Amino acid sequence: MSALTVTGVTKSFGDTVAVDDVTLHVPHGSLTAVLGPSGCGKTTLLRLVAGFLDPDAGTIAFDDRVVAGEGRPATPQQRRVGYVPQEGALFPHLDVAANIAFGLPRAERRSPGAGSDRVDEMLDLVELPRTFRSRQPHELSGGQQQRVALARALAPRPSVVLLDEPFSSLDASLRETTGRAVARALRAAHATGLLVTHDQAEALSLSDQVAVLRAGRLIQAGSPADVYLAPHDPELARFVGGATSLAGRCDRAGADPDRRHADSDLGRVSLTHPAPADELVLVVRPDQVRFGESGVAARVDEVSFYGHDAAVRLTLTASGTPLVARVTGPTAPAAGDDVLVSVYGPVHAYPAPDCD
Amino acid sequence: MLLAGAAVALLALVPLIFIAVYAVLVGPVEAWHLVVRPRMGQLLWNTLSLAGACMATCAALGVALAFLVERTDLPARRLWHGLLVAPLAVPAFVNGYAWVSLDRSVHGFGGALLVITLSYYPLVYLPAVAALRGLDPALEEASWSLGHSRWLSFWRVVLPQLRPALLGGVLLVGLHLLAEFGALQLLRYPTFTTAIYDQYGSTFNGQAATMMAGVLVFFCLLLLLAELRLRGRRHYARVGQGAARRAIPVRLRGLRLPMVAVPTAIAALAVGVPTYALVHWLLVGASTEFPLAELTEATASTLVLATLGAVATTLLALPVAWLAVRYRSRLTTAIERITYVPNALPGIVVGLALVIASLRLAPVTYQTALLLVIAYAILFLPRAVVSVRAGLEQAPVVLEQVAHSLGTGSLATARRVTLPLIAPSIGAGAALVFLAVATELTATLMLSPIGTRTLATQFWSASSDLRYGAAAPYALLLVLISVPATVLLMRQERLQP
Repeated sequence: MSALTVTGVTKSFGDTVAVDDVTLHVPHGSLTAVLGPSGCGKTTLLRLVAGFLDPDAGTIAFDDRVVAGEGRPATPQQRRVGYVPQEGALFPHLDVAANIAFGLPRAERRSPGAGSDRVDEMLDLVELPRTFRSRQPHELSGGQQQRVALARALAPRPSVVLLDEPFSSLDASLRETTGRAVARALRAAHATGLLVTHDQAEALSLSDQVAVLRAGRLIQAGSPADVYLAPHDPELARFVGGATSLAGRCDRAGADPDRRHADSDLGRVSLTHPAPADELVLVVRPDQVRFGESGVAARVDEVSFYGHDAAVRLTLTASGTPLVARVTGPTAPAAGDDVLVSVYGPVHAYPAPDCD
Repeated sequence: MLLAGAAVALLALVPLIFIAVYAVLVGPVEAWHLVVRPRMGQLLWNTLSLAGACMATCAALGVALAFLVERTDLPARRLWHGLLVAPLAVPAFVNGYAWVSLDRSVHGFGGALLVITLSYYPLVYLPAVAALRGLDPALEEASWSLGHSRWLSFWRVVLPQLRPALLGGVLLVGLHLLAEFGALQLLRYPTFTTAIYDQYGSTFNGQAATMMAGVLVFFCLLLLLAELRLRGRRHYARVGQGAARRAIPVRLRGLRLPMVAVPTAIAALAVGVPTYALVHWLLVGASTEFPLAELTEATASTLVLATLGAVATTLLALPVAWLAVRYRSRLTTAIERITYVPNALPGIVVGLALVIASLRLAPVTYQTALLLVIAYAILFLPRAVVSVRAGLEQAPVVLEQVAHSLGTGSLATARRVTLPLIAPSIGAGAALVFLAVATELTATLMLSPIGTRTLATQFWSASSDLRYGAAAPYALLLVLISVPATVLLMRQERLQP
């Protein structure tokens, strides 16, 4: 049984359908990332689970306990989910220890022994020094505030922890370390987490399951590898990991009974699956584009050098098709170079839209 | 909640409604006759010329002092800053009393310009200091790098950035001047406000007084509208996230010590003179007496009225601020804006309107403490709303949601999260209203029940009978009560958006 089950949930604001018939299973002890561009409905979905909003249709259940969709929806305080909002939202009038102990039962909060043990335990869990107990929220950095917010959410042992873009206000390096620390703490607490984010790298690197939302609809849910390696459609491929779309053609009359090859501006490429149609859209990942002694002629337009790797924007000389390649930094060509490119490994193929 | 908010907004509009209804009842022909009189022309000229002159002198003095204190290497700048803000703690009528009682030649236009400027220039000085402090020094540095001298940079870069703060302060000076009664009455300089009081007091000429009040309100609303428009654009004054760096101060070189004479002179005139006058009359006044029983009684009734006013006003402000912060919509914003209208209503107008309203609608309430407290609530609602609103913004709704998600119910959330966060602001708002009521003169004179003696009314009856010594203890108590208000207001200036 899943820790959190969302079944056919729909929510509209006026004419706008924010969440459209979403069904999602979040397994016990896993971290599921809800990924999508801003305005896709992911925060609305989270607020529905938390109980700050009520769905128009569908049900939400924690284990076998239905909290919305049957009879009167449970209030947020009855649901007992842990909630980590953007920028933490620590209570500014309470110190770190009082913030973390906020959701503990009164007896535990008041007695100096037990409650404070739990506070220390939580500080250890989120990898903050115990000396932080008496700090005021404004004395903490953004990443530390997020860790305390997570500790506060985890302290009452909630069934599910909801994280609403918790790292978006942090700068890039802090975002990564805080993200990893939060994921570790969730796993150590055996907590079930639902993380809302628009950052695909964050979703892929931290979570066990990625659910991609677009315009309120769930497009694909699966492991990070599934979503990256077998994206549901070309748009999803471009959103998760980046990709170049190319027109391709699989000739029925060709000497390829398995239909595992297609012709394109990049020459003949192999496909991950049998071609679903004659006219295809091929999705080429930047890391599949290789420079070499042979291949198709291209001109380098622009190189973005990141150190360990580089993004190379090219135009194929014959067809004028733009292409993005990702190579290790030191091997990157220079802008204006003429190069030969080829595709490494099989690519994903989708039916071309006008042939549907 | 919405009903409560709408009711408060309606209450704030009562004075305006009554002035308007009364003007309509008088009839257009009669009203026109009352407005177009030689006396009106004289009052109009008196009021507007003094307002214009005071706004100009306060602007010049406020900006010059702000620049001197904030942007030069003047010695002991913190000391000067404290002294230059101090006049806010001296009610203008006490300042007028000080000057008139020491030198009978201070009166008329010149005397009024002197006393009002000395009382109100901090209204420009304070925002100008804040704006100079918040200004990103990089702007000036960019101007120098483009070949502008320091003086030209001030003129072309700094001054335009100060404009919103400067104009906002100047408009406040105008509003205060239009509402000023006590100081101008003592200085024998008739304006609309003093004329309304005289009409009301001597002849009980309701029609003439009301029409004058209508004209006065018209000018006040013009200023308020201008101020509201400015307020919307005030953020232009601040570039960057507050200056992390301080601007490099202008080196006064040889002028460093001579320049000290400027703040010294202003402080001597604005703080020294009232202090000297109070000490003088307390020590040597022929009519000086310390009637302990009367002083105690006046203090007690002042404290009671101020407490009632503070509690009532803060309670009324709560639904308005709550709606404006938590349920933002056109309606709730309109309700909030309406409660700022009394900012433009002189105490005399609110007093007059409530006299008319009570006599027409509920004669039992005339000359009761209830009516007086209502007047205070209308007059000082803006202060309470601003404070409570700032407090509610310190308690964003997400904190309550977090508390709910941690299993806390509505009541417990209010007790453990919301109230602790907003209590300081509500307290500050109540304290501000308390102190404003304690030093309010005009509406108190018009509305206080017969036999009720407050510090302000006792001061007034003594000083208008030229018993300066007898007035001194009351004036001293009024100043002492104003000091904490000044400190609070200066803190709030920092809270405001």
